[in-house]
Amino acid sequence: MARIIAGISSSHVPAIGAAIDNGRTQEPYWQRVFSGFEKSKEWMAKAKPDVIIAIYNDHASAFSVEIIPTFALGCAAEFPPADEGWGPRPVPVVKGHPELASHIAQSVILDEFDLTIVNKMEVDHGLTVPLNLMFGSPKEWPCPVIPLAVNVVQYPPPTGHRCFMLGKAIRKAVESFPQDLRVVVFGTGGMSHQISGPRAGLINSKFDKAFLDNLTKDPKKLTRISHLEFMREAGAEGIEMVMWLVMRGAIDDKVDEVYRFYTVPASNTAVGHIILENRPRGATKRKHTAARTSKRTAPTRTRRAAARA
Amino acid sequence: MAREQRDYDDIPGTFVFDAERSRQGYHLNMFCMSLMKEENRKAFKANEAGYLDRFPLTPEQREAILQRQYNRMLELGGNIYFTAKLGATDGHSFQHMAAVMTGSTQDDYAKMMLSGGRSIEGNRSKSGAVKGAKTKPKSKAKTRSKSGSKRG
Repeated sequence: MARIIAGISSSHVPAIGAAIDNGRTQEPYWQRVFSGFEKSKEWMAKAKPDVIIAIYNDHASAFSVEIIPTFALGCAAEFPPADEGWGPRPVPVVKGHPELASHIAQSVILDEFDLTIVNKMEVDHGLTVPLNLMFGSPKEWPCPVIPLAVNVVQYPPPTGHRCFMLGKAIRKAVESFPQDLRVVVFGTGGMSHQISGPRAGLINSKFDKAFLDNLTKDPKKLTRISHLEFMREAGAEGIEMVMWLVMRGAIDDKVDEVYRFYTVPASNTAVGHIILENRPRGATKRKHTAARTSKRTAPTRTRRAAARA
Repeated sequence: MAREQRDYDDIPGTFVFDAERSRQGYHLNMFCMSLMKEENRKAFKANEAGYLDRFPLTPEQREAILQRQYNRMLELGGNIYFTAKLGATDGHSFQHMAAVMTGSTQDDYAKMMLSGGRSIEGNRSKSGAVKGAKTKPKSKAKTRSKSGSKRG
């Protein structure tokens, strides 16, 4: 059975991608941002997920104003980096996981989430910058990635509550996939920022920090934040944070926050990042079988301890 | 036809790209989208007004594009992710565009960002009637905080 082991959120500021592509990561300005992801790369190297489901938004790269899907799931075998006006980013082609992706599509649609299936799509910095932050700049991305693009360009994006519930449906879908896969879900975008109009440059660290706290402790509270409140408090483009709630819905209600990083600014944006781990459930197939043969139902605590060992 | 007032129109200095603006700005945004291709960028730079004839823009939208009035473009239905492509065609960084939209120089804008960004205090509401705002506006400067304590 496939299983979600953790959820990760990260900003996807395009200037971070530009700093990587232009070899400027060692400059003090950028060092402050990148140093915050050193621990995350170590975590990722240990976690070694088999698949990543990345919730992100397209920035008028794959989708113009001609077609604006609220939720678009990438079911293709690969997703080339998009040309965002300066040529495509020099990053590896993102390989998908068509089997799991189409399984998720089928499962969540029957669960009444009418998402759009995309079999051909280029991906922009919204997806590739978080991959760089978590993996550095390898020749190939270490695992397949299933992109889920959320419309946050034209108002209204889906509500935070809807995103959270979609996360729950994705989790159900993943857990009904027969292959043993360890899945990590990324929620990207945010945190507070406004890049348009005379109020551009807005940052609200107090809002961001409360959001990070509640992401761990009380995500249901976050699902009640209205679009008006997001835009007013976190900036017109800060509304991207609804995407973090898809990730949060896809992991356990009670999770362990293993890492957090926050800094202002990267270009125009507050950078926020968090790693939330599901608690071990002793659910790996081998251990499960062992438990079953020894005793029909081992006490949960023992199974957890066994999984930790 | 006058724009119907929405709750988010109360947010100062902000043009929310909603369905009405999207409809109004469709061709403006599709013009910007065309600048994703190198050959179109060249054609536009060679003859801006002539290139714009390819798109059924309103006279106001044409003027805003030719004058690089970025706030006006947003007001007329442009979306920032699209208009950013025009900025990129001009060889400008995003911070340059943000500075222009805020009526600031790029240098001052970058300094504001480095010292914690534009404060939310005093920037929540045009009418002053913000429901559910838990924090009272402080007497801090609206646009620039010198404290720098927010940085990690």
